[in-house]
Amino acid sequence: MRESAKSQDAGNGKELNYLDELESKTIYILREAYSRLRKVALLWSIGKDSTSLLWITRKAFFGKIPFPVIHIDTSYKLKEIYQFRDRYSREWDLDLIISRNEAALKSGMSPDKEKFQCCNLLKTQALKDTLDQYGFNGLFLAIRRDEHGIRAKERYFSPRDRKFQWNYTDQPAELWDLYRGQPDREKHFRIHPMLHWTELDIWRYVQRERIPIVTLYFSKNGKRYRSIGCETCCSPVDSQADTIDKVVRELETTKTAERSGRAQDKEDTYTMQKLRSLGYM
Amino acid sequence: MTKKALRIIIIGHVDHGKSTLIGRLLLDTNSLPGETLSDLKRVSRELGRDTELAYITDQLKEERERNITIDTTQIFFSTRKRSYVIIDAPGHVEFLKNMISGATMAEVAILVVDAREGVMEQTRRHAFIIDMLGVNKVIVLFNKMDLVQYDRKRFEEVSAELLAFFQNLSVKPSFMIPISAWEGENVSGKSGKLSWSKAPFFLDALESLTLTRLSEKKPLRFPVQDIYEMDGEEVIVGRVASGEIRRGQEIVVLPNRAVVTVKSVRVFGDSNKKSAFEGENIGLTVDLTGLVKRGHVIVERENQPEPTENLKGNLFWMSEEPLKLTVPVTLRLATQEVLCRAVKIENRINSSTIELLEREAGELKLNEAGSVTFETETSVVAERFSFIEELGRFVIEKDFQVHGAGIITGSL
Repeated sequence: MRESAKSQDAGNGKELNYLDELESKTIYILREAYSRLRKVALLWSIGKDSTSLLWITRKAFFGKIPFPVIHIDTSYKLKEIYQFRDRYSREWDLDLIISRNEAALKSGMSPDKEKFQCCNLLKTQALKDTLDQYGFNGLFLAIRRDEHGIRAKERYFSPRDRKFQWNYTDQPAELWDLYRGQPDREKHFRIHPMLHWTELDIWRYVQRERIPIVTLYFSKNGKRYRSIGCETCCSPVDSQADTIDKVVRELETTKTAERSGRAQDKEDTYTMQKLRSLGYM
Repeated sequence: MTKKALRIIIIGHVDHGKSTLIGRLLLDTNSLPGETLSDLKRVSRELGRDTELAYITDQLKEERERNITIDTTQIFFSTRKRSYVIIDAPGHVEFLKNMISGATMAEVAILVVDAREGVMEQTRRHAFIIDMLGVNKVIVLFNKMDLVQYDRKRFEEVSAELLAFFQNLSVKPSFMIPISAWEGENVSGKSGKLSWSKAPFFLDALESLTLTRLSEKKPLRFPVQDIYEMDGEEVIVGRVASGEIRRGQEIVVLPNRAVVTVKSVRVFGDSNKKSAFEGENIGLTVDLTGLVKRGHVIVERENQPEPTENLKGNLFWMSEEPLKLTVPVTLRLATQEVLCRAVKIENRINSSTIELLEREAGELKLNEAGSVTFETETSVVAERFSFIEELGRFVIEKDFQVHGAGIITGSL
């Protein structure tokens, strides 16, 4: 209880600042999941959140991540995403798994057909296949509560059944930091170490730590991406912010939602809930 | 605005207006993105209702159709003074485990009471639970004052009733405020209709709260989380629960009482770290290897707790399957995990009425609380919750499901 007050209770003049505290909770969760589950992997979309998570994971494991990093490749990602992935997976010595639903791609699945099915096949199904192939029992995802109302309901350790379904109307209790996470052949856990971060926290952390970030987030010709993914379903927003400092300043005052440029959230009111209940991120 | 966020939980009986209050607060403080508001209007229209503020947090289709909150959610908002994390808790008794999950993350509780309906079953139970779990700041809001024509006498009646209940708890309300979340009276500004109230308006009261911070120096407690083999070296990892650990320090590993010396304190990117403090996640190397494993607790020589096989705590039971004397269950406390059995249930209490149901009971049932002594299979390291929180809270599990939540009050 009262984890934030705690560090100030130390009484020795040393105090974690607010970003240290967010980071500390994330590291604790990463190590806890690795300790309890062992067969884990991290989902890296190359966006700012999962790149920050990757950064913190390197810290948690003293520079060498002891498990694979998965990139779900729909083949429709913006080209800067692929360049960034290839550069930093080498530089950070990652054990990278590229997860693609080749069958669906061969049969011509694309966002032009139907966005819901496209996300479901090229992302969720691709992930299912990779999970089956490697037998992971835990997956780290960098989703945050402030991104979407459905994600705000998530637990840090969130069980999924064999069919990948999320039983959101009956989630297990999660008390203090006594997280669940018992290896079980029937299911896997989604672990969400960044759940308590906001978009602004992430940028302040990127700024402080000087984390390399895909340049798509910075303004070119008056537009920048606030959320990145497939070229077909993401659109840039109006912005003059061409540096990290300017992005932080922009977010301190903005009233536009982060995922406003994301088409898959918008098909109808409960698309995100439907996608997520079937195993979407 | 780079300070820590204050985490507040909104609690109270079903339909007393918790989610509406959050919606009102976000709306009034201009914290909603423009499109959230237009979505809200559209969805409300589709369901044939007025603009429903509660839909901001009630995002599940099932929640909106049934007009209830099923699971806890968290929403962020900021004022000029500080940031807040609002935890919305469901008011239905069947979703109590979700409310408790939210309560363990909160620093302040906002108890919402329908002024017309008055103090109800979950009003009392939620107050009891947050008190038991150690949330020690509460603001009480008497909501729906519009439905009682902003009547001062009604407010005074309900306040008196609630205060009588708080006599039984250790937490006391910091403020008791009449409001109407629906009409926006006394939430984010002073209300003319409630000018008789001496209390500040809600947001003003919230902003004025400060958390008391103890300045006493605490002894080292370091629950071991894992052991990593790195380049042939054994690195002990974990988070410092209290105190300080230094390079060169002699430390004691509990429960086996091995004495070892810290060779290095490690974090990534700082090769010359000399010490670490409460809240830091670190790695340690020590002069003797093979002695330490997950679940051990590292402490300082000068101040060592006594490992024990008898733990006494206040327990809240949240499972359909009762806790029975002598039946084995799993106790988890920090990184320790041990088989145990309840050997004494001193009392059995109805968590809503605080009525003493039985002394020396044989079992504890769903939504009951009690003072319980556990005998553990191997010794554990625990502290009173009021002294070191992380070593003073525990859960009882069976088949990997949480069945009970407890706070250590003493060991035998």
